[in-house]
This record gives sequence, C-alpha cells and structure tokens, in this order.
Amino acid sequence: MIHLSAAQMVAKLANGETTSVALTQAHLERINTVDADVHAFLFVDNEGALKQAAEVDAKRAAGEKLAPLAGVPLALKDVMTQKGIPTTAGSKILEGWRPPYDSTVVAKLKANNIVILGKTNMDEFAMGSSTENSAYGPTHNPWDLTRIPGGSGGGSSAALAAFEAPLAIGTDTGGSIRQPAAVTGTVGVKPTYGAVSRYGLIAFSSSLDQAGPCARTVLDAALLHEAIAGHDPKDSTSINAPVPQVVAAAKSGDVKGMKIGVVKELNGDGYQSGVRTRFEESLELLAAAGAEIVEVSAPNFEYALAAYYLIAPSECSSNLARFDAMRYGLRIGDVDGASAESVMNLTREIGFGREVKRRIILGTYALSSGYYDAYYGSAQKVRTLITQDFNRAFEKCDVMVSPTCPTTAFKIGEKSNDPIAMYLNDIATIPVNMAGIGGMSLPAGLAPEDGLPVGFQIMAPAMQDQRMYLVGAALEAALLTKWGAPLLSQAPALAGK
Amino acid sequence: MALSYYDVIAKYEPVLGLEVHVELNTKSKMFCGCSTIFGGEPNTQTCPVCLALPGALPTVNEKAIESTIKIGLALNCSIAPFSRFARKNYFYPDMPKNFQISQYDEPICVNGYVDVEIETDEGPKSFRIEIERVHMEEDTGKSLHVGGATGRIHGAEYSLLDYNRAGIPLVEIVTKIVPGTGKYAPEVAKAYVAELRDVLRSLGVSDVKMEQGSLRCDANVSLRLIGAQTLGTRSETKNVNSLRSVERAIRGEMIRHAELLNKGERVVQETRHFQEDTGLTRSGRSKEQAEDYRYFPEPDLVPVAPDATWIETLRAGLPERPSIHRKRLQEAWGVPDKEMAAMINADVLNIVEATVNLGADPTKARSWWLGEISRIANDKDVAITDLTIRPSDVAEIVALVNAGELTDKLARQVIEGVIAGEGGPAVIIAARGIKVVNDDGALMAAIEKVCAEQPETAEKIRNGHLPAAGALIGAVMKETKGQADAARVRTLLLTHLGQGE
Repeated sequence: MIHLSAAQMVAKLANGETTSVALTQAHLERINTVDADVHAFLFVDNEGALKQAAEVDAKRAAGEKLAPLAGVPLALKDVMTQKGIPTTAGSKILEGWRPPYDSTVVAKLKANNIVILGKTNMDEFAMGSSTENSAYGPTHNPWDLTRIPGGSGGGSSAALAAFEAPLAIGTDTGGSIRQPAAVTGTVGVKPTYGAVSRYGLIAFSSSLDQAGPCARTVLDAALLHEAIAGHDPKDSTSINAPVPQVVAAAKSGDVKGMKIGVVKELNGDGYQSGVRTRFEESLELLAAAGAEIVEVSAPNFEYALAAYYLIAPSECSSNLARFDAMRYGLRIGDVDGASAESVMNLTREIGFGREVKRRIILGTYALSSGYYDAYYGSAQKVRTLITQDFNRAFEKCDVMVSPTCPTTAFKIGEKSNDPIAMYLNDIATIPVNMAGIGGMSLPAGLAPEDGLPVGFQIMAPAMQDQRMYLVGAALEAALLTKWGAPLLSQAPALAGK
Repeated sequence: MALSYYDVIAKYEPVLGLEVHVELNTKSKMFCGCSTIFGGEPNTQTCPVCLALPGALPTVNEKAIESTIKIGLALNCSIAPFSRFARKNYFYPDMPKNFQISQYDEPICVNGYVDVEIETDEGPKSFRIEIERVHMEEDTGKSLHVGGATGRIHGAEYSLLDYNRAGIPLVEIVTKIVPGTGKYAPEVAKAYVAELRDVLRSLGVSDVKMEQGSLRCDANVSLRLIGAQTLGTRSETKNVNSLRSVERAIRGEMIRHAELLNKGERVVQETRHFQEDTGLTRSGRSKEQAEDYRYFPEPDLVPVAPDATWIETLRAGLPERPSIHRKRLQEAWGVPDKEMAAMINADVLNIVEATVNLGADPTKARSWWLGEISRIANDKDVAITDLTIRPSDVAEIVALVNAGELTDKLARQVIEGVIAGEGGPAVIIAARGIKVVNDDGALMAAIEKVCAEQPETAEKIRNGHLPAAGALIGAVMKETKGQADAARVRTLLLTHLGQGE
C-alpha cells in the first residue's frame, strides 16, 4: 500500500478499501523500519498522526464532504512551524523549541485533513545542497545510502523515495525542492514566488524562499499544490489571484503545439554525460508527444550563482539575527554576572553551524556601508537582468527546460570541504528563484554510468505554474510507457532492521 | 566661570536639527494585530509577529499609513508615489527581530515646512522650519534594569523585557538643518515642537503626550562662529520630555558647546541625555564611529504606493491649521490674548469650542470650563477630558442659567453631579430637586425671618449702610437652600428696608 501514489490512495480511501488510520499506520511502520538507515525524519509524530487519521476516518464515516487529499499522510520539512511540534530548521539553536502557532501551510494541510507524519531533516536553515549541514546528522539517499539525498530538503525527498510518505512539503530558495527531487528520482515543484504563503516558514532568504509540493508523481504534486496555495493576508508578498488549475493540467498532459525552450547556457560543459543523455532523450519524447523544441538563450544566467550568494546571505544575516537566546531556543552562558551581549554571542557561536556562520558573515559584509552598492546593489541588478533574460526567452517559448542538476547524487562527505563545488550544484535551479518564477523537477531516468536518478527541470513564467504540470505530465507518461514501471521500482530495496 | 547665554550668542550662531518621534494612536500595532493600549501587564500584548518568533511575518497597518500621509500633508510635504520599508540592523535585547523595520532612502513624505511665530524684541516674528522627511517605523520593547543604583544597564543585576511596546507605530519627523534663528534658537525649537503637537492633535493621529513618551524630541545642536559657513560638530540630546525641556536642553547645550570651543576643545559628536532635575545633559553613546545599520529594503513587505485620489481625499479632509483656527476663534469670540493663552495652556480650547458650537455663549462656556470644571479636574488630578462631563452638558447648563432656571450656585451643584456620574443635567436637577425659588412670597417670608433674627444688621441697611446687605442676602440664600436668585433677593431685601430705587 505504501508504494501507491497519493491519488491511488485517495481512490482506495474513497471506496473503503482502506482507512486513513491503516495508511498512516503502514507509513509509521515503514519509518520505524527504514529510517534508522535513511534518517529522513527529525521527529515522528506517531500519536498525533494516528489521532488526525482517526478524525478524518470518522468524518468520512459520517458522510462529510472531504478535501481531495483527506486522509493521505505527508512529511513536513522541519522549516515549517507546527503548533506544539518540535521545529528546529535543522539547527541546534532551535533544539527543543515547540512553536505556539501553525504556519499557514500547516493550517491548510490540517484544513484539508492531510495527516502530518512528522518533520523531515534538512540543511541547517535550508542552507545547503546535501542535508549534510543538518545539526542532527545527514540524511541518506535511498538509491545509495552512501550518497547525499540533495538539499536542503533532502529529508522530504528521501522520505518519498524510501516510501516513508507519499507526499511531502519542501521549501526552495535556490533549488532546495528541485535538486533533492532530481537526485532521489522524485517530483518537486517550486511554485511562482508568492503562490504559497511564507507565514510560518522559518526564513532563510525572504525574497527567494518559496514552499512547494514534493511527491512521486506529477499529479500527486498538483493535488498537494492546490491544497497549500492561495492568498494569505498574513504574508504581504503572497499573490492575490486565483490558484492556477494545476490538477487539471496534470490530468491533461497535452503538449501538442507547445513550444519548449532549451536553455543553451544550462547544458553542455560541466554536465555529467548521463545527465545529458537522459535530458536529450526526454526532449525527444516531448517532441514525439507533439511539442516543438526550440533553443533559447539566457546570457546573464552565468552571473546568477554569484548574485545569489550575495542576496541570500545578506537577507539571512538579518533574518537570523532574531536567534539571540532572549525569547526562545538555545541559551548558552546564562550564568551570574553574564551580560545579555555575552549570552547572545555564546549562543550564536555554539548554536549555529559552520555553513550558517559563513553565510551570516558573507551577508553582513555585503550589506556594510561602503560595500553595499558593489555587492548587494550589483546583485539586485543582476537579478533584474536574469528576469529580463527569462522574459525575452518566454517570448519564444511556453516553458523553458534544462537538466535540474549538473550531476547525479554525490557521496556524503565528497564536497563538504569545498563550498564552491557544493554551490555549483544549484547552477541550473537558482535563476528560477532569482526571477521569482516557477520550476519543477521530475525524474528523467537513470544515468547509465552510475545508475542514479537524473532530474529534468521545467520552468514556467510567473503565475503560469499549470504549464509545468502539462509538460511534466506529458513527459512522465511517455517515460512510464518506456520504462513499464515507475523509476522508483528500480531503487534497491531497503533492508531496514 | 560659566559662560552666560549672552556671551554665547555674541560670538556663535546655533544651528538646530530636530527629530520628533510620534507614537500613532492606531488600535493595533504597525505590523501585527496586537493592541497598543498603554500600561498593560508586561508581555500580554504580543504575538508571534511582534515577538519575532521564527517564521512570523509582518503586514502593514493601513491606518498607520493613512495617519502618516495626513501628517505629511499637514506639514506641507510631498507624498512619495512609491516608498519602501527598510531594515535597520542592530542587536539589542528589547528589539525582538534585532532589526527595526523603518524607512531609509525612500521615505513616504519629503520636503515640507512648518512656520512658527514667536515673540522677539522686535515684536512677533515668523520662522520657517523646513522638514526633510516624515517616515514610518516601529517602536522597540522596553528594558527594565533591576538592581544597581542608576536604573541603567551598567551595574544592573538583571534586566526584564516587556515587548508590549514592540511594534507600536512610530512616525519620525526630521527637519533639515535650521540656521538663522540666532539667540531665539531655544524658543523657535520649543515653538516648533508645540506647533507639531497641536497639528498632530488636530489630525487626531496621536495622543501627543510628551510625558508618556507618545511624542519625543531629539534635539541636535551645533555652534559655528557668527559668519562662518561650515557647520560645527553637533550633539544629539535625547530624553527631552516637555516643551520647557526642549528650550532648556538647547540653551544648555549651546552654553556647553561654547565653553568647549572657547577653551579650544572639540565638541564630541555623541548622543546626550537630558536631565530634568539639573537642566544639563550627560554623555550617552558616542557616535564618533558612525554605526553601520546595514540598511536594505525589507523583503517581507511590498512597497507602499498610495493611490493619488486617496491622497487627495485625505488632503481635502485635513482640519484647519491649529494656529489659524485659534486666530479665527479668538476674533469671533472677542477674547483677549491672555484669556486665549489660558485656554490653550489648560487644554480646553477644543471643549470650549464644542460647547459654543452647541449654542453656549463663548464667555460663559469659557468661564465654566476654565473655572469650576478645571478646578475639579485639578483636585482629582485628572485631565479635564477624562472627566465624565461633556460639552453638551455644559451647553445645557448655560442655557438653563440663561433661562433663569438655575443660578450660578445651583449650576455648580449640577456640574458636580454630572462629574460624579449621576447623569445628565436634567436627571440631576430632577433627582436632587434643584430649582430656583422665584416665588416672591416665599422669598419675602425668608427675608422677614432673617431681618427679625438680625435686627442690628437690618437697621444698618435702613440707615443706608448698603455693604451690610451681603450678610443678610447670604442668610436668605441659606434659608432657601441656595435655590434663590441672589439678585432678586437683593432687590427685595433693599426694597423691604426702604433702600429700593
């Protein structure tokens, strides 16, 4: 039962073949069996999940009209606040903190009667591409436990790939939904900036952060997308417009006559050969499905990474200032005679990990008087140029595509001491965040040389998220026909305990 | 040997710069829905947003934007079609986010002015104070330092934090540099703050209570030799909590600067704190090393882009300028300057005006509010506006006196009753059985009784010693429980004793 898609589970719940309690129980057992190896979860809410499942079963029994995903279990990235449930954002500085309020995403999940199994592991404050920066130890890729599951949302994607949950919530600042999806053979969508409320999302970089759905199929992602999207008066940057019809798009998958723009700059040198093979093959399948493949150019993408590593650290240096031991979280050095300043310093020294400190320092420097124009100011200009690149390219095509990542999953520890190599992982995903548009990653197959999953990225103009689902559904269907079974059926079985 | 103020102004020209912080009187905070009521139990008016819990986001209070635009318009500013919030980053325990949401290079109102008039040796003279900007920001929480002698953080045993004030909307009004006020600098500064206070009050956007901190003034002062072009080094004095303190602080700083300069020493650019008791300032933190607040646009908020028609609607709805309004009232009422000043000082001008608008005679309305009612407010040690009596009550009482249905003395009883919460004038008159005795027969009976009791006094009056009448009139009033019209009693008494006209 745990190998079904969420949509299939919904059908079985509707026709009475199973109950939410049974589904939830099955996933909790799976977590109990395999998570010691995978380490996708930081907290499993056994009791709360079963209680929520029982409630939705009772509602169903009483004949209440339920939301489409009611009763289906989900894994929540630990960056989202959930009332009363430990929420750490992967950081020691928030160890033991239980939020007194629900994030808007969690409130919507609850209103949809989606069962929250627990909180998933992540790079500390979503800073990283491997989940190795979690203060609570790395997550392991279910395809190969010695490899990274991507990051920052490695926990959510690994949970999907390990069949610990059929649905998950991720957040994506520079690729943290799409890159983990790519390296775990799952689907991840970063909607248009502002499509999903950020209220209760522990901020890394406010102007780039965006929550989105993670799943094993395009349709499942669409169902979850519609459940969590929509205007929120508590988030000034949330879009006040109807949610695009992404479920309808995912069910249609009709790409006849659509123009698909291949980004010249996001291919070729620096991309692993197997990644390129799978990407080319996907383009052929889309062409066969009736889409027109065109080449587009985005000359300013080459500056995206550098600009991103000024904007995101600048915002994080300010966003993370609130972790000062005064009101919540870790407090170190609070002894007689200690000043507030020394407690703040010690707590931040001990509470933050190396990568977080690196970025706080970088951002503090970039915002300093005398450097602001050269760094933060220039980076904002690059951001405008990238948006213009997208706008020009979208005049020639309906969606743009690229490999999600240059490589398949690397080994745990392989790039830990080389931040630049680590940052380069996100070279194809970052432009989407810089422009605030939508991006999806879905599995394109396995790289022949290492047998690991490759991701195919689809980018759509702002507020046109449904286009990603149209193209994603078309490609997914074509690949499924080719493979005969979902890609994840080729993943090694996890021995567990 | 301390310099005299005369010595200072004979040699130096003061240059002012004034920053006024105003707490807006919105019901909720700047970026969340928490209450702004003053004096709540610590940390009861807080939420995830104003406590800066992880994940919480600010949203802008529309009413605060409206109030700020009104202030900008009243101060003759241009309203920016597009302005942004910015983060001012610095660590302090009473600031929950460790940054303050403020406005930096894109404030909402710019380039205004205020004209103030003061009395000079050459008669009344007007000075124009140019406004550089008016911007919005949020207040911090409050730290209470416990233990230690000074109540300051140094030497304290521990500190308590109250975040009720964190996030209360503040408007900062910043002047351009103000040269050319010469020896009148302290008076001009005081008049400017007073004018701001009156304008803000007339707009109804703030309580403008300096003593409660809802209006705070930071005074920047520098000196330069008369005729010099370059500006001297300034000091910034905070904690100036009354109009009188504004004047004293600036005068004191001018003298302090001049003493340093005369000795060939340097004025340190720093923040100083005004001491109410001594009238002097003491050094706070030095600003010699410019603090780096790492301002950048607040990414959690969208830019403020007020609609042009909305701005024009607000402009059309602005009240008359207080100074013009006062002049108009003074002329209409024919009030002497001194009386006008008394009403302004006692803060009763608006109430008197409301009473007059309800039909009361200006002189009588003024005398009730400034006299009896002010006295009661003083006795109770409350603001006159906090008493339960309303302009409509006073207008009703004045009308009853005019109609002869109340005497002044009875009117006082009615006022007491209204303030005691017994109800409106009509209710009190009925309940207490207050009525003027205007039945001459009853009055004559009382007069005869009193004359019989005090025959010697009566005799004096018969003999033409009229001042003695007071004693008998008093006795009659007592006899009639104060409900008689004293003038009528006097006429009847004198006629009775053969002294009528």
